[in-house]
Amino acid sequence: MKTGGLIAALSADRPEPARSPLRAMLIAVFAGALIAGALLMLTLRPRPDFMQAMMTLRFDFKFAVTLLLAASAFIVLRDMARPEVQRSRLRLALFAAPLLLLVAVVLELFAVPQAQWAGKLVGHNMRFCTAFIPLFSLGPLVLMLWALRRGAPANPARAGAIAGLVAGGIGAAFYAAHCFDDSPLFVATWYTLAIAFVTGLGALLGSRLLRW
Amino acid sequence: MSGAKKSDGGTPEAEWAGLMRAGLSSDGASYRLLLEEIVPRLRKFAAGGLARAGIGNGDAEDVVQEILLAIHLKRQTWMTDQPFLPWLNAISRHKLIDVMRRCGRRGEVPIEGLIDILPDESAAPETSQSELTRLVGLLDGKQQAIVLAISLNGASIRDTAAKLGMSEVAVRVGFHRGLKKLAALYRDGSAA
Repeated sequence: MKTGGLIAALSADRPEPARSPLRAMLIAVFAGALIAGALLMLTLRPRPDFMQAMMTLRFDFKFAVTLLLAASAFIVLRDMARPEVQRSRLRLALFAAPLLLLVAVVLELFAVPQAQWAGKLVGHNMRFCTAFIPLFSLGPLVLMLWALRRGAPANPARAGAIAGLVAGGIGAAFYAAHCFDDSPLFVATWYTLAIAFVTGLGALLGSRLLRW
Repeated sequence: MSGAKKSDGGTPEAEWAGLMRAGLSSDGASYRLLLEEIVPRLRKFAAGGLARAGIGNGDAEDVVQEILLAIHLKRQTWMTDQPFLPWLNAISRHKLIDVMRRCGRRGEVPIEGLIDILPDESAAPETSQSELTRLVGLLDGKQQAIVLAISLNGASIRDTAAKLGMSEVAVRVGFHRGLKKLAALYRDGSAA
């Protein structure tokens, strides 16, 4: 086939105005959150004292840090969908949530006597935590990868990993509504572990699904 | 129709960005002009890249066609407020590396600054027995008929629809899917 013929053909191909990947990514966030929320209601449900818990700083902090993670990773991911972006200029934003978490951990260490540190860290349901955060993150992750297939990520594995951070943040925020362990020590250990798993999964899937 | 204007003087950045912007808002003529104008640059890039990697540049035109297809299918990833050339170079590089991998070359190939160093080879002759022709043969019946009619025989969407007894919408959709399938066929290395 001649290149001229190909060009003529490509110019004739206008099925619909090309849509930017950003739109698909936004849909993925909202639809993914809906799925995660539905799963929460169908399985664990929010803790019974949810309303009272909302009045406590530690409980609210879990939402702050997980949603901050999801939002900052999303900002970076928008860049990562572009072929000419190897490293996003905004990648420092990824440090926001870990930094906030670090500050909270330090404050917690001052606020809680040393004898209770281990107990706070181990918490009550770390198994639930490490299993359900990935479960709640699965919907958002799959949708986000689907959206990214409209993009052209320079580095598919890296884009997949960042998609995993977005999904992990969303999944963890919904899990937090159920979770009784509010100490930053618990969050820093088990939430981090679970989200790291989702991130790794994202990298693995991304390296396969996001090739173009 | 390969008589692209040589813009040897300044960089074509502004002109091409303008054409691409028009193309994205469904200005088919601008889009076509853009694709025609970038082809010489792509040829240089592909020939130089293959030569450097020690792969014969007989395949250069195949690489050009694969890059064109990728540009087309990923055109919406160009942000209209960003420079065009870095985007174009990134797509070209990505596809060239892809081809090299398929040719069994592992590892990174130094491609930075390639465009500047390339031998000033004049345009390679357009092949008609291209890889693309072979891949079109792998499409399933309807898609193959549509892609062949439009790209090989230069038929319009409307004529193709009439000829195949399909609606125009169905032809458009089938054609677009066919192009996507072709990109996937390239990628999965049914080449070699």
